[in-house]
Amino acid sequence: MIEQLDYKTLQHLWWLICSVVGALFLFLTFVQGGQSLLWQVAKTPTEKDLIINSLGRKWEMTFTTLVLFGGALFASFPKFYSTSFGGAYWVWILILFTFIVQAVSYEFRKKPWNIYGSLVYEGLLFINGVVGVLLIGAAVGTFYTGSNFQLDASNFVTWTSPLRGLEAALSPSVSSIFNIAMGLFLVFNSRTLGAMYLINNLELGEIPEMETRLRKACWQNLILSLPFCLLIVASLLFMRGYGIVDAQGTIEIVSFKYLRNLLANPWMLGLLLAGLGLLIYGVWKTAKTTETCGIWYGGLGTVLVGLTVLMLPAYNNTAFYPSKVDLQSSLTIYNASSSPYTLKVMTYVALGIPFVLAYVAYVWWAMNRTKIKIEDTGDRAAY
Amino acid sequence: MIENLDLGMVNWARAQFALTAMYHWIFVPLTLGITWIIAFYHSIYVKTGNEEWKRLTKFWMKLFGVNFAIGVATGIIMEFEFGTNWSNYSWMVGDIFGAPLAIEGIFAFFLEATFFAVMFFGWNRVSKGFHLFSTWMVAVGSNLSAVWILVANAWMQHPVGQAFNPDTARFEMQNFAEVAFSPYAINKFTHATSSSMLMAAFFVISISSWYLLRGRHIVMAKRSIVVAATLGLLASVFTIFNGDESAYEIAQVQPMKLAAFEGLYEGQTNAGLVAIGLINRDKKVYDQQEPFIGFNVHIPGLLSLMANRSFGSFVPGMKDLVYGNAEHNILGAVQKMERGKKAVASLDAYKQAKKADDKAAADVHLASFNEYKEFLGYGYLNKPEEAVPPVALSFNAFHVMVILGSLFPLIFLGYLYFSYKGNLAEKKWLLGLGTITYLLGIMASQAGWIVAEVGRQPWSIQDLLPTTIARTNLTASTVQTTFFMFLALFTLLLIAEISIMVKQINIGPEEN
Repeated sequence: MIEQLDYKTLQHLWWLICSVVGALFLFLTFVQGGQSLLWQVAKTPTEKDLIINSLGRKWEMTFTTLVLFGGALFASFPKFYSTSFGGAYWVWILILFTFIVQAVSYEFRKKPWNIYGSLVYEGLLFINGVVGVLLIGAAVGTFYTGSNFQLDASNFVTWTSPLRGLEAALSPSVSSIFNIAMGLFLVFNSRTLGAMYLINNLELGEIPEMETRLRKACWQNLILSLPFCLLIVASLLFMRGYGIVDAQGTIEIVSFKYLRNLLANPWMLGLLLAGLGLLIYGVWKTAKTTETCGIWYGGLGTVLVGLTVLMLPAYNNTAFYPSKVDLQSSLTIYNASSSPYTLKVMTYVALGIPFVLAYVAYVWWAMNRTKIKIEDTGDRAAY
Repeated sequence: MIENLDLGMVNWARAQFALTAMYHWIFVPLTLGITWIIAFYHSIYVKTGNEEWKRLTKFWMKLFGVNFAIGVATGIIMEFEFGTNWSNYSWMVGDIFGAPLAIEGIFAFFLEATFFAVMFFGWNRVSKGFHLFSTWMVAVGSNLSAVWILVANAWMQHPVGQAFNPDTARFEMQNFAEVAFSPYAINKFTHATSSSMLMAAFFVISISSWYLLRGRHIVMAKRSIVVAATLGLLASVFTIFNGDESAYEIAQVQPMKLAAFEGLYEGQTNAGLVAIGLINRDKKVYDQQEPFIGFNVHIPGLLSLMANRSFGSFVPGMKDLVYGNAEHNILGAVQKMERGKKAVASLDAYKQAKKADDKAAADVHLASFNEYKEFLGYGYLNKPEEAVPPVALSFNAFHVMVILGSLFPLIFLGYLYFSYKGNLAEKKWLLGLGTITYLLGIMASQAGWIVAEVGRQPWSIQDLLPTTIARTNLTASTVQTTFFMFLALFTLLLIAEISIMVKQINIGPEEN
């Protein structure tokens, strides 16, 4: 069946697969959210240890999903990989730094002779939780607002801003506001998810005060994320976009482009609304009841919202990585993809993804069916 | 853009990639090897129910955990650095190179990441059987990731299963099986993983020897040594055999690399392998200086045997490969550059003709390009001598690797022999040597990668894409800044890692 898929279908399929991986990553940023909540909700060393030991058993899943997101984009849309990573250099380098320091912080934080002290590693986890997610959000924002690059005849990239990508958040423009709003929405959403996950995974019977703080933090962060969410949704309804206007792939500015995309694909609108609804329902369950299952609603909601955010700027003849300085350098799923042969090979490979998801789900269930208790933090293997 | 080439940037980007790769490779071999050793220990515990084996398993797991975190941290940079510092490369070969990386993510990293938590925290959460299964899965996942990244690396050294598409100006995959099952990739994988196993065995032996010298944790140390030395001996012998096979592959597809790491300037029949020698760093391929300074020992015919499986065969030297050798039908870089320049010119003309919608002219230029396309990469070299990699560094790294690698089986044999005799704890000289074997392993392993990567310069993709073209359009100062940022960060993390590791070793395994 895969052999029969045409090039265009393969390009759509692979953007969908990348979007699913990206959306799953956004759900898994509950790890980053939990990290940034550490100092707010944990008031004693034991409480901190509980949180770190809960998140420490999942940080690698988030990390791996991010790596897979990069790998999948490299394999399926190499022109995006080369243009964005090589162009928006400082953004990606800073994101990398925040993830490098995360990887060691769990393992090193409580170990004797860790040189820099626990507080430094907690600080590094905070930086990963806030700066890492903020920058990723701002980078996603540029899928809508565009970036400053040109491609030459050999498709080699020249970035026209000396800030090499940081201008997406630092330049005084409406675009920057949108990009920062996207980043801040993801930061607050990750904190909402983090609180929901910790409520679900920790045995809090002995420390009800922390449970109260977590449930409160969940609600607060939803409230904080809402203005940014509304700003993004309102902008999407009105902002112009970068459309493919003819068979030659010519890119032009199209008014109300993303609204048009939503109307042309009402299922995306459905995904977005369902996602936001589930997210709010998950928060309500966590913050306003004694339930602990809010993370599943919030998580699924985030995946649906993430899917919409990543698919909306790519489908319906839209440039998903537009160039503000040279429209015709803009990347679309048609001009940025790998060859049909590679996409087909990768599609065969992707048939293994459900198997991977199945064993991940099984192990998740096996490890999470017993909540993390205070005594789990005393083991020498504990973080 | 190529006209504005900034060599300073290219060299800083090279340095940054070398830095990140070498830091990464301090930690990765231990992960690749010790996961198997831990899986063996864990299996013995599950089979015997003996708590001593559990204690031992948990101890080595603990050290593995400290090492693993920093290995992951340094690994993520490698993947993204292809995009940030080598964006032209990412575009030109992403169609082929990205696939193994994505497969590595889907199948290897998830296996590793999912079962890692079970391995460490599953002692009382899952059944004994599932816990053991998870430990094995971490070993499988780690090594599966090595498969795919080495497939990717091998493809850069020997680019099979691809073709250049002049319309998209990039290399595209034609045959996935050729890429995935290239003999070069298989050799690379077996050599890297078996050498990693021996490094992990040295890690266990170094620490266990230190315990024996101190008279601490005697039972655990002796048991650890028996398993590690057995696996280490098998791995070290296997590493020598597949190393020889790798050298044969290199001789067939990267003869310049072979000539460089042997310091062979003039081609020879019945060529000897340098057993020991001091390479002349100042010698250039075009001058008449002696390649070695003073004393050097060659083993007659061995290089010919290694390169061509025949004692009397001809092994081309760097001069033959730069200037050509008609007698032996060897095309030099000089001739290849001429053809490469024609390929580049035809490609440009083809693009112009297409732009002008001149189909007849486009067809002519395309035919000309196809005639010379296998020399495309040479068209971007400025002078033929650029085809020679840094000789002294390649030579020294190769010989450090080979000399150390030849000693390793003897060390493992010594440990097994005295363990069998039951008097290992009395052999202080061997235990003293044993404590530094891990460092020797790191030296050999790092040297191996220097041979592989420095020896293939100036190419990112052998004969097709020079490193100078593969770069991103960045200023030298930008890459210089990130080089020092990475250097500082990694060094700070390495100091913490060593400190934690030393403390954990000092504490030793949990008491019963």
